[in-house]
Amino acid sequence: MTKKLSMQEIILKLQQYWSSQGCMLMQSYDTEKGAGTMSPYTFLRAIGPEPWNAAYVEPSRRPADGRYGENPNRLYQHHQFQVIMKPSPENIQELYLGSLKELGINPLEHDIRFVEDNWENPSMGCAGVGWEIWLDGMEVTQFTYFQIVGGQVMDPVAAEVTYGLERLASYIQDVNSVYDLEWGDGVKYGDIFKEPEYEHSKYSFEESNQEMLLNMFDSFETEAKKQIANGLVHPAYDYVLKCSHTFNLLDARGAVSVTERAGYLSRIRNMARSIAKAFIAERKKRGFPLIKDEKKRAELLKDDKEDK
Amino acid sequence: MDHTFLLEIGLEEMPAHAVTPSIKQLVDRTKKYLKEARMDYSEIIPFSTPRRLTIKINGLADKQPDIDESVKGPAKKIALDAEGNWSKAAIGFSKGQGMTTDDITFKEVKGTEYVFVQKHIPGKPVAEILSGMKDIITSMNFSTMMKWNVYHLEYIRPIRWIVALLDDEIVPMQILDVKSNRISRGHRFLGKNVTINNADDYEADLKKEYVIVDAKKRKSLIESQIDDIAKNNNWTINIDAGLLEEVNNLVEWPTAFFGSFDEKYLELPSEVLITSMRDNQRFFYVKDANDSKILPYFVSVRNGNSDYLENVSTGNEKVLTARLEDAMFFYHEDQKNDIQFYVDKLKKVSFHDKISTMFEKMQRVNVISNCIGKKVGLSDTELKDLSRAADIYKFDLVTGMVGEFSELQGIMGEKYALINGENQTVATAIREHYMPISANGELPESKVGSVLALADKFDSILTFFAAGMIPSGSNDPYALRRQANGIVRIVENKQWNLPLKAMMNQFVELENDKQVAPQLDQNKEISDIVNFIKDRIVKVLKSDKLSHDIIEAAANGLNNNIKFIFDSASVLNENKNKDDFKDSMEALNRVLRISEKASFKDDELAVDSNLFENDSEKDLFDKVNETIDGYFALDARDAYQKLTELPALINSYFDQTMVMAKNEKIKNNHLKQLTIVSNMIKWFGDLNELIIK
Repeated sequence: MTKKLSMQEIILKLQQYWSSQGCMLMQSYDTEKGAGTMSPYTFLRAIGPEPWNAAYVEPSRRPADGRYGENPNRLYQHHQFQVIMKPSPENIQELYLGSLKELGINPLEHDIRFVEDNWENPSMGCAGVGWEIWLDGMEVTQFTYFQIVGGQVMDPVAAEVTYGLERLASYIQDVNSVYDLEWGDGVKYGDIFKEPEYEHSKYSFEESNQEMLLNMFDSFETEAKKQIANGLVHPAYDYVLKCSHTFNLLDARGAVSVTERAGYLSRIRNMARSIAKAFIAERKKRGFPLIKDEKKRAELLKDDKEDK
Repeated sequence: MDHTFLLEIGLEEMPAHAVTPSIKQLVDRTKKYLKEARMDYSEIIPFSTPRRLTIKINGLADKQPDIDESVKGPAKKIALDAEGNWSKAAIGFSKGQGMTTDDITFKEVKGTEYVFVQKHIPGKPVAEILSGMKDIITSMNFSTMMKWNVYHLEYIRPIRWIVALLDDEIVPMQILDVKSNRISRGHRFLGKNVTINNADDYEADLKKEYVIVDAKKRKSLIESQIDDIAKNNNWTINIDAGLLEEVNNLVEWPTAFFGSFDEKYLELPSEVLITSMRDNQRFFYVKDANDSKILPYFVSVRNGNSDYLENVSTGNEKVLTARLEDAMFFYHEDQKNDIQFYVDKLKKVSFHDKISTMFEKMQRVNVISNCIGKKVGLSDTELKDLSRAADIYKFDLVTGMVGEFSELQGIMGEKYALINGENQTVATAIREHYMPISANGELPESKVGSVLALADKFDSILTFFAAGMIPSGSNDPYALRRQANGIVRIVENKQWNLPLKAMMNQFVELENDKQVAPQLDQNKEISDIVNFIKDRIVKVLKSDKLSHDIIEAAANGLNNNIKFIFDSASVLNENKNKDDFKDSMEALNRVLRISEKASFKDDELAVDSNLFENDSEKDLFDKVNETIDGYFALDARDAYQKLTELPALINSYFDQTMVMAKNEKIKNNHLKQLTIVSNMIKWFGDLNELIIK
């Protein structure tokens, strides 16, 4: 490596690489969320029989991980580069390793390992099997074959590759603190994010209005359920995301007792499940337009008629 | 001629812990398959790496042995009609066996003549048998299963290639989109695909492509590499067998290397250092030449060769440093507050939603442990330490360090307790209360620690049962069986006399008195809990290799005292081969059987000696009166001794006494007397369970 890649160059390289592997480049989804998996481009699109190949950057907010901009590795908001491919390609591992080469990481000069790590997100009714990928002992990517999403058994199965961009960049740029990363054009990560990190931490831990948040959670939930009943999957899902983020804010504030915690999570899970079901139904109504094989589509839609 | 068969299942990286059990499973299933297929071979050699499960079968025969068998058909009288022509039955039978009526002979079986045909089944060729190995591959079971792509097969990880070679020929088989071939894959980065010409070339061919397929060879290579590093640096490295096994199954071409970290982190407790290195990074930690002090170095194993090893080492150092920096931060932060601060925090931490907070659990455990402590004869000082420990023993759960490294619970509790001026007894008890942490895990050593461990486990079982969360089948999310197993092993180890039922009743009563009981009725569960714990006693006795009948006899006694049950099992076991054992047990069992004919309440058991009709009644009566005094407080050995003094008197009693007398009064008097004896026997154990030869 002659010149070290900036954060934005890393993103550009990954976008270029995965688009050339047949992934659509989506944009970050505009509702707060804790992980790229929760974007509708993954959570919803992973469900159902239609093929789906997409890649995008997702800013991910985890209020409880905020450290006032003082911890070199923990952040209120970090960035994930998310790749989702359904059905999971035969050479998905090789594709991933190819992306590392694009970033100038020659596997012969490092130690790259696939270490078992099965992923679960009980609040969204999700579970998968896979690995964390170690680059010289550092976990830089989560690699998952989804098995269940929103309580729905995957068929076909989607593979998800999630790069922790700050981690990866810290490695590539060889810095000890994320705030020393170069985002682009000589501007440091800290120049951009240190202030919001401090402010969001201060807000989440000390200043947030608990009562307002509690009310918001209830209102968002009511609205989500109402729109699920109306068959408006996407608006309903937006409100589930809002519930989830509101819960995370309450949790960071220490406003949720352990007892209540399980209750909130199960409320979110129940909504996520109904939405997952409703999403498939809506896609079916539209005739699964992303399925290119007409015979296959006819088969899936025939099932539908028989069901009725 | 001898044949060799090579079968390699190529997979995406399996979980390290699954590799060894999976290859063993493949070998076992193959053995079974070949046996059922009557296929002769000399040996099966296993190979395994994270990406492959391989077997090589040596010394295979050309084909199955032929079978010559004679098959019985219908009786002769059914096979021939009145005119002596073959009946439909006979024609059908011979056809069904792939023959004609010309092949039929007659043979007499038990006085009747039957139709027989001599069948010759030629053995199938070995290649045909081996192609059936496909079903062996797909029938494998794993602890985690997954699906991929559009397929519905569940497997440990996606299958990417299959090599199936009989000597130099491909044995065709297909699983999903993968067809068997002779092409294997080399090391992910150092190697390339390799064409295997002959099954026997496998190990050497893969070695050329940087894969050591023999797991044992790979493991000893890692060991010798680590030993070399230790020798060159004058270090001691104690190779943890579990870690070595895991590391071995994370690599195909191992290269051990070392790295270092800043000496300032040595301030951390060694458990923290070891956990950070071993559990989080799969590093081996390093000690000085005298094996006494941890040094600021680590050893790790790369999946690759020694090129650019400095990159790998620097990268790993960086990751470890970040972890240790976190740990240092927590270690210093945690010490800024005293124990009371953390204890107060536990008021907001739930033990379980349906039960109580952690703080309330500690209050209950204080009551329970005090009760146990008194029963096992702790001194006043020990009781005082116990009470202090019980008041605070969960405090480390809310420290930053345990939040980050949950496996250090208890261990950090001990360290922080000492730093905060608690005495060693209290601190040790805090650490030991989690023990044993696995079925055969280490037990607490100190008395105070043992009592606290018991109290903590009794409380968990009592409250979870009371809240309706009772383990069933494989469902035991709160590991209550392990807790019960812990109780059994600690009590056995300490040889404490603790009658389960009475004691648990007492716990609940004391909790109510002190108003620390949960809002749940624990009393109604106590009988079930006694049985739940007895099940664990049976398990432990089984693992001690005692015979089933002795275990059942001991476990089903009316006492519910763990030590007593262990002792009664061993005293039965020691005496079972003695000359008089059989006679003694038969006499006692006779009492058990006859006394079943009546059921008296405890207060109805007064025997009237005026109703006696012979001396044997009086002799038994006198002896029992003498024996029963203090009997129920005896330990199992003495109780056994007392019981085995009775048989002679019992036998003469039965010789001279008609138990079921016509006179109702006399009959009942007999039965009362026998019930008293029977109660004594049943207290010791249910001797009816014994199989007496």
